[in-house]
Amino acid sequence: MKKLAKVLSACLSFMLIIPMITGCHGKKSSAGFTMPEGLDPSKTYEIVFWAKNDTNITQTRIYNQAIEDFEKLYPNIKVNIRLYTDYNKIYNDVITNIATGTTPNVCITYPDHIATYKTGNNVVVPLDELIDDPRYGLGGSEVKFDSPSSDEVIPEYLNECVLDDSIYALPYMRSTEACYVNKDYVEALGYEIPETLTWDFVWEVSEKALEKNPDGTYAVNGKDVMIPFIYKSSDNMLITMLKQQNAGYSDDEGNILIFNDTTKQDLMTVAEHTGTGAFSTFKISGYPGNFFNAGECIFAIDSTAGATWMGSDAPLSDIDKNQIAHFTTVVKTVPQFDVDEPYMISQGPSICIFNKPDSGEVLASWLFAQYMITNDVQISYSSTEGYVPVTSKARESSEYQEYLSRSGEDNSLYYSVKIDAAKLLIENTSNTFVTPVFNGSTSLRNAAGQLIENTAKSTRRGQTINDEYFTKLYEDTKALYRLDQMNSAGKNSKGELGPLPAGSVILLSAIGGTWIVIIAYFAVQFAKKKRAV
Amino acid sequence: MKRTAKIVLSVMLVAAMALSVFGCKKATADGNSADTKKGEGVMTYAEYSAAALDTEVTVETYIQAKQGWWENNGVGNATFYTQDADGAYFLYNMPCTSEEYDKLDIGTKIKVTGYKSEWSGEVEIVDATFVIEDGHYVAKPLDITDKLASADLINYQNMYVSFKGMTVEAAADGSAFLYSWDGSGSQGDDLYFNVSLNGQTYTFTVESYLTGSDTAVYKTVEGLKVGDTVDMDGFLYWYEGANPHITNVIVK
Repeated sequence: MKKLAKVLSACLSFMLIIPMITGCHGKKSSAGFTMPEGLDPSKTYEIVFWAKNDTNITQTRIYNQAIEDFEKLYPNIKVNIRLYTDYNKIYNDVITNIATGTTPNVCITYPDHIATYKTGNNVVVPLDELIDDPRYGLGGSEVKFDSPSSDEVIPEYLNECVLDDSIYALPYMRSTEACYVNKDYVEALGYEIPETLTWDFVWEVSEKALEKNPDGTYAVNGKDVMIPFIYKSSDNMLITMLKQQNAGYSDDEGNILIFNDTTKQDLMTVAEHTGTGAFSTFKISGYPGNFFNAGECIFAIDSTAGATWMGSDAPLSDIDKNQIAHFTTVVKTVPQFDVDEPYMISQGPSICIFNKPDSGEVLASWLFAQYMITNDVQISYSSTEGYVPVTSKARESSEYQEYLSRSGEDNSLYYSVKIDAAKLLIENTSNTFVTPVFNGSTSLRNAAGQLIENTAKSTRRGQTINDEYFTKLYEDTKALYRLDQMNSAGKNSKGELGPLPAGSVILLSAIGGTWIVIIAYFAVQFAKKKRAV
Repeated sequence: MKRTAKIVLSVMLVAAMALSVFGCKKATADGNSADTKKGEGVMTYAEYSAAALDTEVTVETYIQAKQGWWENNGVGNATFYTQDADGAYFLYNMPCTSEEYDKLDIGTKIKVTGYKSEWSGEVEIVDATFVIEDGHYVAKPLDITDKLASADLINYQNMYVSFKGMTVEAAADGSAFLYSWDGSGSQGDDLYFNVSLNGQTYTFTVESYLTGSDTAVYKTVEGLKVGDTVDMDGFLYWYEGANPHITNVIVK
């Protein structure tokens, strides 16, 4: 019995020691960042913030003001901003800088992009520990500003930032897509705008709008140009259509499901209406807002974050004042297949933090990221466009409620189309969706857009759109975006996770070995007893 | 009289011989020239202009400027300003490898097949393929200062042009230029600056993908002062109206 106890004791000790040996290294390799004791006030931290604005100087000013206010609160943290106007450029620059170890500290991003950044070792900091930290976390006791608690971050938006069960970003702003409708033209064509737009309605009115006068001009606007329906983001278009029809796009495992018959049907519809001239896209023709404002488009689908560019009285416009038509703009949700179960995409920037050797620098970065979701920043930035704040704290504040209530008072801060777009998202937060995020989801998104664009372009060029066309289109698209290789490297596959770390291999081997020893010992004892009997 | 006739005939003969020797080339002052005779199946500029949008076009043209090379899903592509003796062709995001891009020096002759397209008023060739051919031509900037206010301006779309004796006007914030159209950008972004002529003010651009912050034109525009008189060269890009992409500025 003593011998048994000794053997068991040795085995248990071995089991305990192994994790201790491998534990430190293992923890560092999986978490990367270790929470420091606190922010060293005697040390100066210089952090780099890569921000994105919508080519909007007010947004630039808000970023600069936020930095100035933050630096007053934390004089030992200096924030250097670099401004971008294009998410893809940020993405490409981050990828380049991961390779050279020169990532920024704080970066505006999309979860799809983080999925790629995350394939590097400890590149992006998981925020769970930081968010929950009682001192420096959201609403923490030692945070020097009125920080929202984690419960006050809109749960749908925080969930969008979860990858592999950890939170990798804070939502910064949220928007969705809206359909900006020329009410005058719809009514002139003999229709009433329904409460919820359907695809059938939009296609029908769009076809009707193609009727011409004897002189060749379009009857509805008396002009030579009329593209009744223009979609800005063709990838969102197909993704949203598929979601509304409960059809395949991708799943949480990273499987590619987009190449299905529903997609083909939707693309056939796109081809049909492109062929008549009723439909086009931003990539083919130009910004929907430019055509819309010129009275050359009836249904313009663009982000709510582009609302200040939409409508006769839009504060921002790329076309000459003399070209602007005068009409009433109505903001509606994107067209639906089932009005009782509406779906619209959730989009908008989030903020991630990149890991650095100095944990104090990471903490400083976190404090700045957290500052960006305080009420002052949230309300002022969301008011620049049809964005909405990402915290209930900001949304429910009297300041924000007053802003919403003053819709239409002027054509700048209180521009009605912009505020209508924000209200549309607030009322439909529970109807928003996001697509699964995995390493490769950005490529799949691009492929979705490419399917629409190629179908539309081929139609315009007089090519035959049939089953044979789609078979080739699917194969070409899979090859171009390497989607045919992706299922085997999906989210939870061995391919993406890579080989187990050496420490884990040793630990698992030790546990296995220990059990073998225990079982062998009992087997021998059992055999001895049996022989004795 | 007879002698005069002989001289005239001789001159005509020499001219005809010269034409036959130098073929269908349009000579320029520095000797480089563009073929005016097109190859089999290649459109003249007039035919290209007349072609409907979304139809396949084939042209022979010469690189005048390169607007960056980038890779999209493993496919390299770049945008080019090109021109022959009669007009300009904007090649948008034409697939080419990095090695091919390096070979496409200014003046290189290429045969391009693609689709004629229009984006916000800019007529361009998209989804194009190309082959390099023998030939070299670098266009001289065509002075179209007097066309700026005319409806005829669009006929010079995408050409290498110049504007002379214009005055730098203040941007919305009083400065001589803005980073990005409304000043929301920072160094490295496109520069926007206003210049006037005969009481009309126009907004010109230094396109950062074409001429980045390390180029002379970018630095010159960053140094402009309101009231400066400038001569400029550039390409007559179009976005909802004329939007010249300036590549050279001389402060007078």
